[in-house]
Amino acid sequence: MDRRDFLTAVAAAGAASLAGCGSAPIPLPPGDLLGVSLDLGHRLRARNFAPPGETRQVPVLIVGAGIGGLAAGWKLARSGFADFLIVELESEAGGNSRAGNNAVSAHPWGAHYLPLPTREATAVRELLAELGVLQGDPRAVQPIYDERYLCATPQERLYRHGRWQEGLLPQTGVSAAERHQYQQFSELMEDFRLRRDGLGRRAFALPMALSSRAPELLALDRISMRDWLLAQGFDSPHLHWYVNYACRDDYGTGSAAVSAWAGIHYFACRDGEAQNAGSETVLTAPAGNAWLVAGMLRSIKARVGERLLTRALVFQVAASARDRPIAVDLYLPGEERTLRLLAEQLIWAAPLFLVPQVFTGQDALQAAARSYSYAPWLVANLTLSRFPDDRAGAAPAWDNVLYDGAGLGYVVATHQQMRLRPGATVFTCYRAFDDMSPQQGREALRDTPREIWAEQILAELEQPHPDIRQLTTRLDVFRNGHAMARPLPGLITGAARQQFAIDGERLRFAHADVSGFSLFEEAQYRGVLAAERTLRRLGVSFRSSLG
Amino acid sequence: MMNHALLFSVFIVASCGLAYELIAGALASYLLGDSITQFSTVIGTYLFAMGIGSWLSRYIEKHLVARFIQVELLVGVLGGFSAAVLFFLFAWSPAPFKLALYLAVVAIGVLVGLEIPLIMRILKRDLVFKDLVSQVLTFDYLGALAVSILFPVLLVPHLGLMRSGLLFGLLNVAVALWACWLFRQQLQNTGWLRVQGGVSLLALLAAFTAAGELTSLAEAHLYADEIVHAENTPYQRIVVTRWKDDLRLHLNNNLQFSSRDEYRYHEALVHPGLATLPAAGRVLVLGGGDGLALREILKYPQIESVTLVDLDPAMTRLFASAPPLRKLNQDALHSPKVQVVNADGLQWLEENDDLFDFVVVDFPDPSNFAIGKLYSAAFYRLLEKHLAGGGLMVVQSTSPLYARQSFWCVVTTLESVGLVATPYHALVPSFGEWGFVLAGRRDYRPPQSYTVDTRFLSPETTPALFLFPKDMARVAAEVNRLNNQVLVRYFEHEWRQVIR
Repeated sequence: MDRRDFLTAVAAAGAASLAGCGSAPIPLPPGDLLGVSLDLGHRLRARNFAPPGETRQVPVLIVGAGIGGLAAGWKLARSGFADFLIVELESEAGGNSRAGNNAVSAHPWGAHYLPLPTREATAVRELLAELGVLQGDPRAVQPIYDERYLCATPQERLYRHGRWQEGLLPQTGVSAAERHQYQQFSELMEDFRLRRDGLGRRAFALPMALSSRAPELLALDRISMRDWLLAQGFDSPHLHWYVNYACRDDYGTGSAAVSAWAGIHYFACRDGEAQNAGSETVLTAPAGNAWLVAGMLRSIKARVGERLLTRALVFQVAASARDRPIAVDLYLPGEERTLRLLAEQLIWAAPLFLVPQVFTGQDALQAAARSYSYAPWLVANLTLSRFPDDRAGAAPAWDNVLYDGAGLGYVVATHQQMRLRPGATVFTCYRAFDDMSPQQGREALRDTPREIWAEQILAELEQPHPDIRQLTTRLDVFRNGHAMARPLPGLITGAARQQFAIDGERLRFAHADVSGFSLFEEAQYRGVLAAERTLRRLGVSFRSSLG
Repeated sequence: MMNHALLFSVFIVASCGLAYELIAGALASYLLGDSITQFSTVIGTYLFAMGIGSWLSRYIEKHLVARFIQVELLVGVLGGFSAAVLFFLFAWSPAPFKLALYLAVVAIGVLVGLEIPLIMRILKRDLVFKDLVSQVLTFDYLGALAVSILFPVLLVPHLGLMRSGLLFGLLNVAVALWACWLFRQQLQNTGWLRVQGGVSLLALLAAFTAAGELTSLAEAHLYADEIVHAENTPYQRIVVTRWKDDLRLHLNNNLQFSSRDEYRYHEALVHPGLATLPAAGRVLVLGGGDGLALREILKYPQIESVTLVDLDPAMTRLFASAPPLRKLNQDALHSPKVQVVNADGLQWLEENDDLFDFVVVDFPDPSNFAIGKLYSAAFYRLLEKHLAGGGLMVVQSTSPLYARQSFWCVVTTLESVGLVATPYHALVPSFGEWGFVLAGRRDYRPPQSYTVDTRFLSPETTPALFLFPKDMARVAAEVNRLNNQVLVRYFEHEWRQVIR
């Protein structure tokens, strides 16, 4: 299917559902088509920037204010080091954890939850403790968490055959043989969760860098998750749906394409516990993970003052050398001027797909970055005047998934509110493009008007919520062509990723891409690790947050 | 003679026809509320279906009498059982009820529409056209008049909808059997028709005699008593029934109180706590829009103000306006000390910082996740912030006998937020053994005396409320949290055991 076919199909589906209404169609709700700063990003390719008019010295420069960059800044500030600057292309910090806000509720534009941190995710625990969400000893096996952030029951449900069921594994009409496979799969994942190698490392740790390097485990990175399931004798279509959904939801990529190592990592890495919640509970807030962004910004500001420069496009990073600082050129669109920063130490915390255009003349890095593949994403926020009517079955949950949906379902921004009757609310819908190539997905994102997305989303949500069209007062759509790295077979164990994991003389990379998949824990680990390596290089004493 | 007999049967047939229409309309208003809409749509559909029946009558060309008898039998069985079947359908699942209701209305309407044209054609042989029209239509309208008067005055109050339906079914079948006898010469195969009639007659008779048992089978969904008020609000379905001097309130088909023994519930809810607080001036009532807890609270002269927060304005409006209900709550909702707030209790507590000496938490049982939040540790933590220094709260906590772990889960949850919880129980016959939990920051001691009038409580018997017999004794339970909602799970599980 090429792009035109896709658009025609979408438009036809929209028209068909409109015609099916019989009565006059309800007009589409208003809204905006948002996205990452494409215009600025695309200027990178044109490279028509004026030569820098000013040069400044910066002891530590952090490029990118997503989770990785903020975590690096947070660790520097927490260690009493103030001489750093974070530059960010967008007008606000947060990266994939940004959020919107309106009269009804704050709502995520991307990442929306954090599982209970594993025992080895010490830096995550330290951050949560500082933000007051983890109470008591941050290293306790079962800490106490602030109940306002623990996802309220019910956490998730699945819409299938006209009914909602609890949980995401399909239940009704599933044969005993398939259920047996569910059981076997769950036991296998539990084995992986508990498994440790001779050095005491977990088979699948989170952060992933702490995982075992036993050859039989790394061999899983050579095949796809789907092939691995089949090789293990798992042929239950419902189990395959579930695993495929998990891969699409976490990696924006189906199980036929995702590396088995990454697929199993999703199921086997999380072993966090809480004194006041079950281990499957996640931490969430109306704004998704933006509360963590706000927390790190607050922490940095309180310790060392404002350190963030937004609307700043880094368009060139000179090759690093032992004896001189790295020259980093930026363009400030607000002031329409360019600026050169001479950074003693550079932490690159922006996505790696930008590396080929920015690290000019640095062939090894450029080639390594080019071997990454990125998944496009679409996020839509529907503002509803009240909670819509609901089909029978399980009660409304935080995460609501449609079995036959093209999308990944929706999360409810007001779920954590203590209300007897949910009033107006915001639904955040996610859509991966695993049914086409990433390039086709990006073209669809670039060329499709908001109305088509709106129609497609409403037609899908109308199945469980017949009156959703009447209740949707706004429908905003956010496009991200390069939302996250795709952990395809070979990425985890390959040489390209290692290029970015190294501890350079002056340069370090601190993005979830260095781990190979976009998780808060990975981004934060990379940021803190880069900050600690930088501090060590500068001879600043600090207490490590990592183990 | 034959003509007079047939005209009498027109009277019966017409009365049955109107009766089914009224039964369907009444049933729809009872069960779905909004009686104007239900009646007008049911009547409209019914009349339209009769039109279809009249039109279809042209296709019946031969064996007019036999066809008439068969139509009568079918109307009798369909119409007769319609109320009973629809009741059970609604009790089983309200979702397909509307569809079934209108299908039944259409089917009965079509058959009733066939009746009069057929009778007119049978009579055509003996009467001139102008007499035929005049006489048939006269008896048709007379039959309608008779039923429209009998239906509300005698039938519904004495027989109820289900039996009224069955009675008219019997009348239709009787007309059919009578016609069998009248036309025995013209009919070729009366034996078979008589068998059909006999079977229908027996089935309807059996159902008629068993209607009492059938009613109790359909249990809470069938209001055996007279309905004095029924209303669908955005939040719930409110039904008030009366049987002799017993007024009952049902919310979403769950009994909330019976006026015969509600004093036991509300005295037990209010006095063990409030009687120990002689200085209490400010009271908060959450839920309890019926004003019955207010009535008990207002007995204490030292009470300065009572704030009642109930989500549903229709509830507080009803109990502030309907004379028998105002009599029951002694006009508590009109007391100058009472301030009624129609708001989401959770939101109100978050946005308000008033302190109270005594808080009555009288929410429905934790049967779903939304109400389960009102029994969570987070909720009690929030409530605790509104409790004045030596204040107390009391929580209605379902039955420690039928839902034992649920009851002790409420106790455990209150304790988990650092409150001293004191559980007790009382027998309320229409509910069974019922449980309450007092909670405060200090140890609680039951009152030595009551300064207000009571019908149920006395100082001598009060200590016994705090003793739990073996079958209600404490069991281990998890803390009910927003992120586990264990109480809803316990409650569902335990009541399923009781109801089955």
